[in-house]
Amino acid sequence: MLRELCRCATRARLTGGGREPPMESPEMKYPLGREQLLDLYYFMKLTRQLDEQLARLFRQNKVVGGLYSSTGQEATAVGTAYALEPQDWIAPMIRNAGSLLVRGYRPRDIFMQFMARSGSPTAGKDGTYHFGDTQGRHVVSPISMLGDLIPVMTGVAMGGHYLGQKLVTMTWIGDGGTSTGAFHEGMNLAAVQHAPFVCVVENNQWAYSTPVARQVPIRDLADRARAYGIASYIVDGNDVAAVYQTTKEAVERARRGEGPVLIEAKTMRMKGHAQHDPAEYVPPEMFKYWKARDPIARYEAWLKQNKVWDAKQKAEIDSRIERELKEDLEFAEKSPLPSPDQAERGVYCEGCHTIEARWERPAEQVQPPRAGAKAAWTVTDFGGLDPAAPASTKGPGEARPEPAKASVGDEAVAPDRTRRAPPSPAASKRSPKRRGRGPSRPKGRK
Amino acid sequence: MALVTMLEAIREALDEEMARDPAVVLIGEDISVYGGAFKVTEGLLGKYGWERVIDTPISETAIIGAAVGMSYQGLRPVAEMQFMDFIACCFNQMVNFVAKSHYRWGAPVPIVVRGPCGGGVHGGAFHSQNPEMWFVHTPGLKVVYPSGAADAKGLLKSAIRDNNPVLFLEHKFLYRRVKEELPAGDYTVPLGKLAVRRSGRDLTIATYGATALHALEAAAELAKEGIEAEVLDLRTLMPLDRQGIVDSVRKTNKLLVVHEDVRSGGIAGEIAATVNEQAFEYLDGPVMRVTALDTPVPFSPPLEERFLPQVADITRSARELARY
Repeated sequence: MLRELCRCATRARLTGGGREPPMESPEMKYPLGREQLLDLYYFMKLTRQLDEQLARLFRQNKVVGGLYSSTGQEATAVGTAYALEPQDWIAPMIRNAGSLLVRGYRPRDIFMQFMARSGSPTAGKDGTYHFGDTQGRHVVSPISMLGDLIPVMTGVAMGGHYLGQKLVTMTWIGDGGTSTGAFHEGMNLAAVQHAPFVCVVENNQWAYSTPVARQVPIRDLADRARAYGIASYIVDGNDVAAVYQTTKEAVERARRGEGPVLIEAKTMRMKGHAQHDPAEYVPPEMFKYWKARDPIARYEAWLKQNKVWDAKQKAEIDSRIERELKEDLEFAEKSPLPSPDQAERGVYCEGCHTIEARWERPAEQVQPPRAGAKAAWTVTDFGGLDPAAPASTKGPGEARPEPAKASVGDEAVAPDRTRRAPPSPAASKRSPKRRGRGPSRPKGRK
Repeated sequence: MALVTMLEAIREALDEEMARDPAVVLIGEDISVYGGAFKVTEGLLGKYGWERVIDTPISETAIIGAAVGMSYQGLRPVAEMQFMDFIACCFNQMVNFVAKSHYRWGAPVPIVVRGPCGGGVHGGAFHSQNPEMWFVHTPGLKVVYPSGAADAKGLLKSAIRDNNPVLFLEHKFLYRRVKEELPAGDYTVPLGKLAVRRSGRDLTIATYGATALHALEAAAELAKEGIEAEVLDLRTLMPLDRQGIVDSVRKTNKLLVVHEDVRSGGIAGEIAATVNEQAFEYLDGPVMRVTALDTPVPFSPPLEERFLPQVADITRSARELARY
């Protein structure tokens, strides 16, 4: 019988480097069987090998446009998406190849996207990871502007909830993307609507060439959740089991109707912003530090240490990946470029789609006479300074903890900064206080 | 039959579509208890409840984003901009997310974004604009701009049932000033078809929105002088009924385009180019235009009056054109 293990957020000290962080092994809250543990490896390794194959294609001038790498962030992409159910929805960003693979897309789809072939999911209309499928895989295509997926996935969650679906929606955003207005508007709306939405902040330390400390004056981006009154977690984004466990808990929470959750995954972008970018602005020691925490190498060692597999089984999975990538690349290269006349097709939907809502509750519930409501607010908090008022509205004389100071400056990238230890998922969970503020979401259904 | 204002007609369209299809939901600022800044959605919360009349924070990007997300679930959200000027706050959602979704990855976005626009009520630079051309210039969006109550109702119903994102512009000056009898029953007005408001043989006046009323007033005056103007109400700017315009110009041989939008980059330029391309040999005079000035909308009444195209501006230009 397999030992059920959970490496909750590892107590990685961000000083030094070179040595792998120690592993912890309490019982898993959400146990994973052997097949699932090997699945996690398969998807991470497939992502890495796909990245490398794409880089080769880029050097052969077969990639049209830019190439964005997921390398270093495989555990976050795979571990989060793996915690979802088929009815759930995702919207990937450009470093979530692993999430798309978990969701059922194949390497050939990604090859064809990057090579702008007619067989690609967008038939050549768009490239990179800009594709989706609202029907089967429940994937919403990203756009290049950051932050806009947050309100959109909030809307998917609101819509699904309205239809009676027990769904959760998820998207990812980088450390840099959390500075956009769309991020704030979307998170705030999700919070007031109690949307079943999980936002994964992939803190990969770099927003193109700018270090995170130049982007935000806080060390933990999870702190942003406090402003929205929602729960948040911090997790070691290079620890796939911890990412899975944390996400599973967050997802179940959102599914139970406890509102949106923000997860900050601490990780590192191990390549430049895109293939053209050698990332010379990243201190070599920082790459070294994170290379020692490579999510795949760590997981391989962990699988071996815990006797989940042996060398033969690893070799089998690796050769399966190699074979699949080879077959898919051959398939993709056979796909022709789109014919030019397709350029002017498809701007509008003129009967090409049938739009149907998937009701999982009786629609009569939202129709008169059952649906009506009294047109009045229920206001219980009058917003004064008395002790019953929320802390955030308390007066200037109130002692409030100083926000954590994060260093800003040229030394900002030095990893040794005052910080609290990254807690385990359970410990880092922040439970927001809920207050009745009128009917932002109807309680129950009639 | 009772006369109904344009505002009431719009509310009727929302009400009837919500009753017909539980996939129709409303989202916007102050639209539930308060019933909207102009009271367009008044009474709908009482009938359809909190889940279908959704008040949001002051976050236009989130309003459109959430509407898009709901539409991916097969819903047909109708989002309200409290004033159309504020659509600039969610420009990115509109032009990059909404407009390109179907073309890029085949995901239709059946949403309507509606709200009050236009000047003449001394609203100043941020409560009076006509933003239609920002979006006519963005492939993937449809842009509708009614001038009357019956059209507003029928066009809004078509917009809600359309599988594409529709920007639905409601001139606030017309909300309570226009009163019409509405056709009985569940009727729609097709998008992309202009209406001939008045037939004439001497020149064509193509216009839309509030200036359609100005144009009719001008045409009545011109008729007294023996000039018979044909007045076209475009109703939909995207798709534009180019054929309808060209057909009229082939009959009258002269074209005057009138709009409340500013001059440069207004739809008049696009219409002039279309007529050049498709009916050049029929023209007996230059394509002329009467528009607002190329300025922000000024606040003080005499300034705003100067800014907006007036009936007298239309009659003057029409007489000049008729003389060719």
